[in-house]
Amino acid sequence: MASSLTSRRLRAALLAAPLFVFVSVTFIAPLATMMLRSVYEPVVAESLPETLAALADWDGRELPNEETFRVAGMEFIALNERRALGSVATRVNRLESGMRSTMLGVARELANDPPAGAWREAMIAADEDWAEVSSWLAVRRAGERITPRHYLNALDLDRGAAGEIVAQPEDRRIYVTLLLRTFAISAAITGICLLLAYPVAWLLAHARPSRAGLLLLLVLVPFWTSLLVRTTSWIVLLQNQGVINDLLVVLGILADEQRLSLIYNMTGTIIAMVHVLLPFMILPLYSVMRTIPPRHMQAAASLGGSFWQSFRRVYWPQSLPGVAAGSLLVFIMSIGFYITPALVGGRTGQLISSMIAYHMEQSLNWGLAAALGAILLLLVVLLYLIYSRLVGVDRMSLS
Amino acid sequence: MSAAKNPGDSRLRRWLHVGFCAAVLFFLVAPVLVVIPLSFNAEPYFTFTEGMLRLDPDAWSLRWYRNVLEEGRWLPALGKSLTIGIAATVIATTLGTLAALGLSSPAMPGRGMVTALLISPMVTPIIITAAGMSFFYSDMGLGQTYTALILAHAVLGAPFVVISVSASLSGYNHDLNRAAANLGANGWTTLRRVQLPLIAPGVFTGALFAFAASFDEVVVVLFIGGPGQRTIPREMWAGIREQISPEILAVATFLIVFAILLLAAVNWLRQRDYVRAG
Repeated sequence: MASSLTSRRLRAALLAAPLFVFVSVTFIAPLATMMLRSVYEPVVAESLPETLAALADWDGRELPNEETFRVAGMEFIALNERRALGSVATRVNRLESGMRSTMLGVARELANDPPAGAWREAMIAADEDWAEVSSWLAVRRAGERITPRHYLNALDLDRGAAGEIVAQPEDRRIYVTLLLRTFAISAAITGICLLLAYPVAWLLAHARPSRAGLLLLLVLVPFWTSLLVRTTSWIVLLQNQGVINDLLVVLGILADEQRLSLIYNMTGTIIAMVHVLLPFMILPLYSVMRTIPPRHMQAAASLGGSFWQSFRRVYWPQSLPGVAAGSLLVFIMSIGFYITPALVGGRTGQLISSMIAYHMEQSLNWGLAAALGAILLLLVVLLYLIYSRLVGVDRMSLS
Repeated sequence: MSAAKNPGDSRLRRWLHVGFCAAVLFFLVAPVLVVIPLSFNAEPYFTFTEGMLRLDPDAWSLRWYRNVLEEGRWLPALGKSLTIGIAATVIATTLGTLAALGLSSPAMPGRGMVTALLISPMVTPIIITAAGMSFFYSDMGLGQTYTALILAHAVLGAPFVVISVSASLSGYNHDLNRAAANLGANGWTTLRRVQLPLIAPGVFTGALFAFAASFDEVVVVLFIGGPGQRTIPREMWAGIREQISPEILAVATFLIVFAILLLAAVNWLRQRDYVRAG
């Protein structure tokens, strides 16, 4: 008997193993390497080994010694000849702005006119930033292989001269604000979806089966339609010369020059996202409400409860599992949403995901992109754990 | 006792309720459907021209459909989408079905954890998945290849198969396995002759979901695909971002018809599932 249990366990595990391995290799491993990249930055350390060795014993208060200047100058020249200084300078520049041009400039000048002995004077003459202790501190800090700086950056923090954690200057605090805004927008979208979905789910759940099936189709057609198509539709409808503005003008509600800006801003993001996510609210609500017998409301009414009393005391509590499931699902999907805000959000309607894309594709600050991604992932995992505690992964269905 | 059960009150409430639901359902469906007539616009505008409203035949045309067929980017894009979608669906369906069979067994060790891991690609925000994959696949030397996209779409589609097949299996009577074994069938024969035929609707439903997910996926394509992998969503993305032309509405109409066909197929499969289960 024991051996038969073992063999059944083995059979089950072997069946699940191929997908387990596949997900681990093609999905978990990429996420893990991204996490690694958010704390590990070897480029500067590998490019400037001697400079960093010389800076290791430096006290960080007065300018480094002549030997450090010489080693650094030589490494800058050598890197610049291999066209490898740019990526190093970019990384130092993220810690101290202006350092990119300072490093590239000094490398060019030193190469044109190699100093005979006095490297310190030569470098300061080429760019007086080299007389600043902060420049050297930035080089040393950029050389740390393992660093929390992307996470600090993602939380609008920085390290001060002595390595203490300080807040970023006001004009550079963007990520926490954006994260909070993402939360607020997601909460608003979830709330609007719930408000719109609840009565519809009720109607679906308690209609005659034939009619419910038909109405359900109206929910499922948009659900199955390509996200890009739905986003395109909203662009067509909401744009300045689009259907909705035209209609308002033709009906005389607006004058031609009063056309509303409904798109390429936060309004556009919210309208389009509510539309995309609404089925994800309706379907869980519907599947819970279907299990609430209509008799309960009738019984409450016959006991003298008004409609709202009966609803609040009898129906609403029973529908709560659906409310929780739908709301969490919509909220989780909202905070990571990328496509729709990217296409209809313009400048003001962006969520945190757009920053990840920006650092991946444009600023090429991959460490920061990875740190932002890791923070977002952590939030999603936490919410998902709550979801699976409340709803159960097993009960997740495809409607 | 509140005698104030005014029937007029409840009728009003009923009408308000139905009216509200009609408005919400209109909000859901109308934006999708409005694209279809607009795709027949003779002018390059995104609104109904006066001629269209007067049903003047000259205001309606097939020119954007002609453009889609003649311009050399949509048909190759369709080919690429189908290649990636079909290959990814085959992988996702095979691995997902096997995994669901394993997970359905009461003897499966660590089921909760394993399920969470297998479902995780579906719930992770796509931008994070795409960012992670773009580092990873280019480090592997697979950047800008079909292989990378097929693997990526397969892993994104597999959770749909796992969930759908698991749902089919939840009504499955495991005594059938024992009965088959008593009749002398080995594990493989039981799987092929007994289990798979019974859960086939769930398998096909999962496959349709996986295919639809791949066919509509653009973020991973943006991040790890190259110029050789410009799928339909990728071309639509470019079209929306760069200069939006009514051509996109013609493609969108095609995709809406495709979605309706998928929906019909899934509904048909679900009915078959009930027949079997019942």
